[in-house]
Amino acid sequence: MARAEKVAHATLGDREGLLGTLMIAPAFVYIAALVGIPFFLAIALSMSSATIGDPSIHGFVGLSNFVSAVHEQAFPMALRNSIIVTFATLILTLVLATAESELLVHDFRGKWLVQILLILPWAMPVSLASVDWLWLLDSEFSPVDWLLRQMHLLGPGTVWGPANHLYYYGKEWLGLGAVTVINVWRLLPLATIIVLAGRTAIPHEIFEQAQVDGAGFFRTLFRITIPALLPLLVVAGMFTALLVFGDMAVVALTTRGGPGYATQLLPYWAYLKGIEGGALAEGAAVALFMFPVLLAGAILALRMAYRSDSN
Amino acid sequence: MATLELRGLKKKYGSIYAVDGIDIAIKEGEFLAILGPSGCGKSTTMRMIAGLEVPSAGEVLIAGKPVTHLPPRERNVSMVFQSYALYPHMTVTENIAFPLKSRGVPKADRDAKIKWAAGMLGIEPLMQRKPARLSGGEKQKVALARALVRDPALFIFDEPLSSLDAQVRTMARSELRLLHDRTGVTTVYVTHDQIEALGMGDRIAIMQRGRVRQLGTPQELYDSPADTFVAGFLGSPPMNLLERSGRIVGFRPEHLLPASPDAVDAGAFALQVRVKRLEFLGADWLIYGVLEGGAQEEKILSKVPPRVVATLREGELREFRVERAHLRFFDPATGLRVDDGAR
Repeated sequence: MARAEKVAHATLGDREGLLGTLMIAPAFVYIAALVGIPFFLAIALSMSSATIGDPSIHGFVGLSNFVSAVHEQAFPMALRNSIIVTFATLILTLVLATAESELLVHDFRGKWLVQILLILPWAMPVSLASVDWLWLLDSEFSPVDWLLRQMHLLGPGTVWGPANHLYYYGKEWLGLGAVTVINVWRLLPLATIIVLAGRTAIPHEIFEQAQVDGAGFFRTLFRITIPALLPLLVVAGMFTALLVFGDMAVVALTTRGGPGYATQLLPYWAYLKGIEGGALAEGAAVALFMFPVLLAGAILALRMAYRSDSN
Repeated sequence: MATLELRGLKKKYGSIYAVDGIDIAIKEGEFLAILGPSGCGKSTTMRMIAGLEVPSAGEVLIAGKPVTHLPPRERNVSMVFQSYALYPHMTVTENIAFPLKSRGVPKADRDAKIKWAAGMLGIEPLMQRKPARLSGGEKQKVALARALVRDPALFIFDEPLSSLDAQVRTMARSELRLLHDRTGVTTVYVTHDQIEALGMGDRIAIMQRGRVRQLGTPQELYDSPADTFVAGFLGSPPMNLLERSGRIVGFRPEHLLPASPDAVDAGAFALQVRVKRLEFLGADWLIYGVLEGGAQEEKILSKVPPRVVATLREGELREFRVERAHLRFFDPATGLRVDDGAR
């Protein structure tokens, strides 16, 4: 008998359709398990009567959790503060990130040190950072207060006196200001890296051309640099806004939303209600409150980025 | 429109002089080409004229006024970069308007000027487009219009044709020169392409290692190179250079022709050439030859018309001659030209 001839056949590696499906499957499973299911669970939770004591989502109550959340005294404060802190952080971060990228795109002595210092907040553990900021803005031992006293801006008989301390975490606007500053400090490295990537991609000749064309510093900044950076400023801004809006760590570690509800933010309030207060369903409702707005914002920002890129 | 003068211009990077003492005076309305291989300092020279680099020594004078330490915006110099450096987020109109807005030109004047510049270059149909939607040739025209629009004292071109396709480049060359003739703006044109320099320049400055090797009209440079560098750089292919009795003899390939048996030319320079290869160039043929019998083989090039090549065969040994008038002599030690008569 003749030996069987080798039969030509395609292996799994040749079947791109099947192979592709198999390779993308883990990503789908991961997104479904860690993003999709919790998200729909949160929606179901927000429309149920679930509490910590009875976390079943069978009792459907429609939108009543949302309605009752809106009518609570803390809600308008938390909403207002969230918007203020997000916008203030966003604007400060984008301005500083643009300035930092303008600095870092040039060569100078000791640039490596500056780079490390600017990136450091990103690498710092949250626990260490919070110790830092709690001390920096401490009600009694704040070195910032000390500095202000040395400059005769604080203390008896001065503009911000007569007290010897500003009590940053104990006042409405100083508290919101502190939360904003800490957020800027925390998110600036990421924004800077994004903007710097865009800044280094602008050909050097464009700036020399602008120089020869007679443009000064501000004309070059506002007519050349910023328009060219716009797609990446949108991306950096979106990251910053989403990270600030959804964050509760900063306020939880500093003002704790006080005094009263004066510095309360939506995510922290949702946590306090849902987990600490045991009203699971209402907490979910608060947490979901800004979801449509955030989604719309994200879609709009991404579309803008794509559009200015394709031009 | 203005004169430009460079006096003892130097630029040092670290311990190296990129530009090592340049003296050039350019007349009003003149078109000067600066030609040289890459790294010869021509771009650095150009950047010092524009004000993008501060000279280590020497002076730049525009219209007789020293501008050495003035920033680019105070020099009224227009520049066209190799990449054209169009502002990517602006339309053609906005690009051309930018230098006018930077100088605070009122809107009515601005619109008239933009219209004039666009008309000069025939780019009216492109005015609302962004640079990403322009071809290379169109980008170049927009860059020229932007440079032209504010009546500069001086035009500086940095290899403006090198990113164009070969077919477009020849046309662009003559268009650019015609534009210069119409506007009469003093022009410095930096290039490494000798065809551009020879074809467009009123005068050419040939640079090597930070210095000007020769400055003169294209014909002067081609016919009477000042040294062996210029002789070996200009022309394609460049001059043949042979060392003979203590001097370097130079002659152009088109002057080295097979000797016709009947013609007697007493002063001619005769060479026995082994024909190695005949290469068709279109209008001419290039002959790769070798001189045999010396201490070492010397390669030699000849460029001949088709009717002459018909008499040649690859591999044969033939006598070639160069007329006396076409010989140039150089000093082997310095490379400099020596008087033809002093044999």
